[in-house]
Amino acid sequence: MKEVSFKIDGKTYKAPLGENLIMAAKRNGVYIPTLCYLEGHPCLGTCRVCTIRVNGRSMAACTLTLTENMQLEVNTSELQDMRKAIVELIFVEGNHFCPACEKGGDCQLQAVAYAMDMRVARFHYSFSPYRIHYEGKNIILEHNRCMHCKRCTNLFQDDQGYKIFSFINRGSKTRVMIDLDREKLLSAEKLREAKQLCPTGAILLQGGGFDRAIGTRQYDQRPIGVIPKGEK
Amino acid sequence: MSRKITIDPITRVEGHGKVTIHLNDQGEVQESRFHVVEFRGFEKFIQGRPYWEAPVLVQRLCGICPVSHHLCSAKAIDEIVGVSQSDLTATAVKMRRLMHYGQILQSHALHFFYLASPDLLLGIQSSFDRRNIVGVALDYPDLAKKGILLRKFGQEIIKVTAGKKIHGISAVPGGIHKNLSLSEKNLFYQGGEIPTIHEVMKWAQETLEFYIEYHKKNKSWLEGLALCQSNYLSLVRPDGAMDLYHGVLRAIGPNGERILDDVDYHTYLEHFAEDVKPWSYMKFPFLKKLGIDRGWSRVGPLARINTCDFIPTPLAQAALEYFRCYHGSRICHTTLSYHWARLIELLHAAEVIAQLLDDPDLQQSSLIVTGQRAKTGIGFLEAPRGTLIHHYEVDEKSAITMCNLIVSTTHNNEAMNRAVNAVATQYLKNNQELSEGMLNHIEVAIRAYDPCLSCATHAIGNMPLHVSLFNSQGHLIHERYK
Repeated sequence: MKEVSFKIDGKTYKAPLGENLIMAAKRNGVYIPTLCYLEGHPCLGTCRVCTIRVNGRSMAACTLTLTENMQLEVNTSELQDMRKAIVELIFVEGNHFCPACEKGGDCQLQAVAYAMDMRVARFHYSFSPYRIHYEGKNIILEHNRCMHCKRCTNLFQDDQGYKIFSFINRGSKTRVMIDLDREKLLSAEKLREAKQLCPTGAILLQGGGFDRAIGTRQYDQRPIGVIPKGEK
Repeated sequence: MSRKITIDPITRVEGHGKVTIHLNDQGEVQESRFHVVEFRGFEKFIQGRPYWEAPVLVQRLCGICPVSHHLCSAKAIDEIVGVSQSDLTATAVKMRRLMHYGQILQSHALHFFYLASPDLLLGIQSSFDRRNIVGVALDYPDLAKKGILLRKFGQEIIKVTAGKKIHGISAVPGGIHKNLSLSEKNLFYQGGEIPTIHEVMKWAQETLEFYIEYHKKNKSWLEGLALCQSNYLSLVRPDGAMDLYHGVLRAIGPNGERILDDVDYHTYLEHFAEDVKPWSYMKFPFLKKLGIDRGWSRVGPLARINTCDFIPTPLAQAALEYFRCYHGSRICHTTLSYHWARLIELLHAAEVIAQLLDDPDLQQSSLIVTGQRAKTGIGFLEAPRGTLIHHYEVDEKSAITMCNLIVSTTHNNEAMNRAVNAVATQYLKNNQELSEGMLNHIEVAIRAYDPCLSCATHAIGNMPLHVSLFNSQGHLIHERYK
């Protein structure tokens, strides 16, 4: 594919024309934080954590593809603070108590917050009121940790190709729900996939977590945003 | 006219509390109250959470003894997944024991060197600005250095067994999720930043000897302050040995008579009830058999020294024999002998750690077992400050529906109130002003129990000293802050 030139924070890079901006930046060693975006899958554009400035306009990087001579601003202090504020809003909207969450160390939201050096949220907590949903045979939904990213509703399919997660209610009462009949039939592998797909700890599995030692979990080994030299 | 004195807050203990002293019309001490004034409500907000979160969530009660809560909760949750302590793999049990004795070592070192030694070594009447660990380090640099390194050693043991020095996550339902690698084991033999286990045992022994000499020189005030006779409660091994991780429940009376004769701790609800006072968030547990007035017990190092028949490690056993010989009695009631007992346990913890580090079971890979799900799980443990109880009920969907925590400090509640009363009575006999000496002695008496008020009420906060004096009409007539 044809390579084109583009600029990030004034520095010129090259990447294939039409490549997703998150990937084009990563290819050149520039980390743009993401939460809803999942490499190799259609973009969702829900979380806005990847907000950058394109030719002067604030936009979600995951929703854009590369064109010739794009002028991108990624790591200005204003944009960094804006992205951090978005992450803080996700924290205050739910109940993300990392110390007791089994997703700790494997949680993308936690990892992004660490990468942004978030120490405390500047906004008031909304004290998310939901009860944990235990109705599934294997899947437990902790609604207080759901950030409505749509990864589970849009990207997860069971072995027969059916989507089993969907949203119910509207507006601020929107919640993720599962098809209880199809959920019963999920294989152990599919269940693990569902848990891993969630960028927070909203999808849990019956029987428990905390199954790996500190130091061996995904982001213990490599903090998010660290792109080793040569990794494309 | 009766009066009331308040000390608020109390310093160099973990948590937030205050003392009030009520005087009668004759100006004599009528009642002293040790109030614990903050509340967090862990027992309530854990309801609805999945049961496997409990060992990780509940340990956030405390930053000093999280390991105790982590392990006690894990013992209870083992029962929820149908695994008894005898079902656990040898590696799981020994890793947990190693973690626990590391915790005992670091917590006892913290209390003796950081919290208690400034009073003992620098003197209760010494300058407030100097009466802290820095003051100890200036006057006793070698001792302070050993204290800091002993604590560090304990914390490193916790790190390799739990994953972190504070709030680790390794004890999971039915076992543990890591073993001890040989490289981790070697950390405790090679020296350098962490002392070797041999140095730790030597220093623990030297500290104990140092304290015994100190005790002998200061016998009169150490043995006279806040003296009270009480029942004593702890777990012991079924053969009567001291065991801080697991055992049967033994309670003895002031003369050593058995009140609870090595009973299974799962029956604790048959034996214990808790009283509530409107002026404190800390409850008052008591043995039902003896009632509220006579059923309270002391727990912690002195209680364990009194209840156990022997200590199953040689150096600590020799220290126990000397302790009993010195006091001239099988049962010691001296409140400040908590410090001596604590140092015997510190030595015992070092010996147990040495044995466990040498055990090849720690390198095995069989870590977790499973069983048949149950609705109720009860865990008991001897935490650094005494007998710790975690009790959970879980529904068929895995949600916790009930949690009951009775923490070590709670058992000592009545004893601490009486200790305050004893000191206040002594000091206010001829003088109704809040003297510096009285404030200091009240703090020293409370501090002997090493209370953790954060745990006791599941509350958090700093704890400076505030004393208030009230008259019989309830009017504040004098108060002091430190």
